[in-house]
Amino acid sequence: MSEEGGRAIGVETIGMTKIFGSLVALEDVSIRVRPGTLHALLGENGAGKSTLVKCMMGFYQPTRGQMSIEGHEVAIRNPRDASEARLGMVYQHFTLVPSLTAAENLIVSRPDCPEIIDWKREIAALDAFMATMPFRVRLDTPVSNLSAGEKQKLEILKQLYLDRRFVVLDEPTSVLTPDEADEMLGLLKGMTTRGELTILMITHKFREVTAYADEVSILRRGRCVGGGLVGEIGTQEMARLMIGDAEIRERAARVERTATPVVLDLAALHASDDDGLPAITSIDLKVHEGEIVGIAGVSGNGQSELVEVLSGQRDLDDGRILVHGHGFEPVRDQMARLKVFSLQEEPLRNSAVPRMTVAENIALRTFDEAPIASLGWWLKPGTMKARARDLIARYRVKTPSTDTPIENLSGGNVQRAVLARELSGDVDVLIVANPCFGLDFASVAEIRTQILEQRNRGAAVLLVSEDLDEILELSDRVAVMSGGRITLDAPIGATDRSAIGHAMAGGH
Amino acid sequence: MSAVTADPVSPEPSRLAALGPAVEAVIVPIGAVAAAAALFSLFLLVLGKSPLTFFELLWRGGFGTAFSWQNTLIRTAPLIFTALCVALPARLGLMIIGGEGALVIGGFAAAVVALPMIGVMPGWVAMPVMFAAAALAGALWIGFVGYLRHVRAVNETIASLLMFYIAVAVLNFFVEGPLRSPTDPNKPSTAPIGADFKVGSIPGLDVHWGLVVGVVLAIAAHVLMTRTTFGFAARVTGGNVRAARAQGLPVGKLMIATCALAGACAGIAGYFEVAAVSGKANASLIAGYGFTGILVSFLARHNPIAIPPVAVLFGGLAAAGGLIQRRMGLPDASVQVLQGLIFLFILVSETVYGRLSLFSPETRR
Ligand SMILES: Nc1ncnc2c1ncn2[C@@H]1O[C@H](COP(=O)(O)OP(=O)(O)OP(=O)(O)O)[C@@H](O)[C@H]1O
Ligand SMILES: [Mg+2]
Repeated sequence: MSEEGGRAIGVETIGMTKIFGSLVALEDVSIRVRPGTLHALLGENGAGKSTLVKCMMGFYQPTRGQMSIEGHEVAIRNPRDASEARLGMVYQHFTLVPSLTAAENLIVSRPDCPEIIDWKREIAALDAFMATMPFRVRLDTPVSNLSAGEKQKLEILKQLYLDRRFVVLDEPTSVLTPDEADEMLGLLKGMTTRGELTILMITHKFREVTAYADEVSILRRGRCVGGGLVGEIGTQEMARLMIGDAEIRERAARVERTATPVVLDLAALHASDDDGLPAITSIDLKVHEGEIVGIAGVSGNGQSELVEVLSGQRDLDDGRILVHGHGFEPVRDQMARLKVFSLQEEPLRNSAVPRMTVAENIALRTFDEAPIASLGWWLKPGTMKARARDLIARYRVKTPSTDTPIENLSGGNVQRAVLARELSGDVDVLIVANPCFGLDFASVAEIRTQILEQRNRGAAVLLVSEDLDEILELSDRVAVMSGGRITLDAPIGATDRSAIGHAMAGGH
Repeated sequence: MSAVTADPVSPEPSRLAALGPAVEAVIVPIGAVAAAAALFSLFLLVLGKSPLTFFELLWRGGFGTAFSWQNTLIRTAPLIFTALCVALPARLGLMIIGGEGALVIGGFAAAVVALPMIGVMPGWVAMPVMFAAAALAGALWIGFVGYLRHVRAVNETIASLLMFYIAVAVLNFFVEGPLRSPTDPNKPSTAPIGADFKVGSIPGLDVHWGLVVGVVLAIAAHVLMTRTTFGFAARVTGGNVRAARAQGLPVGKLMIATCALAGACAGIAGYFEVAAVSGKANASLIAGYGFTGILVSFLARHNPIAIPPVAVLFGGLAAAGGLIQRRMGLPDASVQVLQGLIFLFILVSETVYGRLSLFSPETRR
């Protein structure tokens, strides 16, 4: 602990309250994070976790409440104050400059970064600093070439390089594979036990809490409803505190089918990445009616390019997409006619317009059809809002109103709003990528059930996921992508984890 | 659906909080203009001139008398049109700064189609034809910029600026050459369109109908952007082009169509300059309305409804220029210095939105 000159500092919030307009996002939250611990912050989507830590970091001004650092009350009015108090945060999304190298990113992030940088000296100093770190990244590579795991490590190294002693991680593992997550959390845990750092980690994964956290605090609808030492409070109890006594939705039963017709047929697809290099090569895949085909693979092996091609964000170099035997081009009238829907990852980047309202975002799919549009061109905002209200209620999107810009919703609720839009229609083909990123466990169950229900209704579902458990749980057939090719395509019963793992590594 | 219970929709936010962004949208530009005026006063003091006299003259020349109002409003009309030429594409995230070129081409087209009809056709036939020709020429001019952007990924800002120079060259070539009329020996011009084809004044005012058309067009543009599927699709594209693609929206067509509409607006400005003001096409079409329109659109935050009042302000600035020049011995360009400062502060103030704690809740994360 800090007495023996340890670097880690203890931080406490006292009666933290944050009100947005009429929405009470946080109410009287007092949390104590002891120095040298890894403290987990749990809560369902929209519970106020991000808001709490943003208040702590001076990103938001709390309506009421104080911060106390090492037992002294400290006013954190802005992020600069926070950084002077040695508090830092790694956001849910990367904040590194992609075109700069890792070393450059670190050096320019320093508040005392000189006007004229003596690169040689700085890099030497950086090398010396890295030598003391438990993990490393390649310093001379542009950040855009780093994998998600490496970027995440770099974000954390940046915090340490800036000499932060208390670091908040907002869902740090959502972009990592389980192995990467384990590696990273293990290293961080080591640092906290050695008293070098205190960590407050927001997560939706109980596994990470039980394996790595010392203590846990649980938020529910803006209030702190409980917490304690990880050994003393079980996951059952944590789950109960998170969602109250609500029941988790039963998984829908799988309707078994045989010999259904092919609905989605990908024939020899080729496409290039942003640099013009081949990203997907000769992708051949058939998805039958009422079937979920899961595409597994380590991220960056062409999955996102495949999804972009299927949803119209990337041009096809060669090959054909057939839906019900008709050539399909991802343009609006064909999407509507052939009932093709897609759900992409990172909804604020791919499938929502951040500045437009929740109602408008929910109407993205239907704004040019009756009843929202009359005569095909005149919008009826009243109808649009009424429809949005209906979907908001059905999919339990937590939003202050239909007129709130969607960027103000919590991460998980943005995802729900987009899901409401894409799953509420009459779906023949559904393309989904990592649908459960950032969702709490109850919503994960809910969304997976909905995907299964669409399958049972006869939709052909292409599920791209980096979560192998998700694929094994939902799919009827598994395909593995590696290096832009399909390296395995087998019914779920005819394969296993080791075969999939082998294929992921590029083997046939 | 039956699963996790949670009350989904909290009550609607209070009226006041909902007003926040609207209040902000008014206060921030006013603050920017005030700051620009303050800095400009310093500039005058350095020159040894009195800021008080300057602003007094500005008031008198722009808004003090019925005559100055008339001067102001005559200059307002083209500014509304050219500002719309910036505001519409801005909703799609396109920055068109070559509205002046579309104005020039529009005015030229109107004068050219009038030529064979002079003395042959009645006004009620010729005038709509001239109007349509101007709008069409402007639409093609800026629509081509949108086309280049979509098909060849040519930067629309640069392309539209370069197109302006082409427009000037086209005008000069014809006006000084094949279409030069002998009636005007000093200033090369096309033949006068004559009184029959001239646009008259609004009854009771000495201001031509362009002002009314401008206001109507601004309102129409607002309705188009907020209440039609076209405007909705345009806003989606401007807000997140990846999402627009994923929704299968015809992003390229939207860009070209919006640019064409924008160009039509600027072309109409040219029509009124020819048909209501000068009666012929000549170099006085290049009066800088297209460029001042950029400022107007920015100050109006690309909101069509806010464009007419802002255009009045800048119309007043332009109208007072001559008076200030005569009375204070300042060069004509001094008003442009003020305009430039306003533009600078407007650009700076863009970073302020959503940060004034006065207007919490925070609108950004
Ligand atoms: N800038 C804002 N303006 C208005 N409301 C906001 C703003 N930021 C957050 N909220 C609201 O505050 C509530 C809590 O949001 P927060 O982002 O803290 O949730 P969270 O616990 O991080 O959820 P998730 O797990 O989905 O990320 C949400 O209902 C959200 O709509
Ligand atoms: Mg969050």
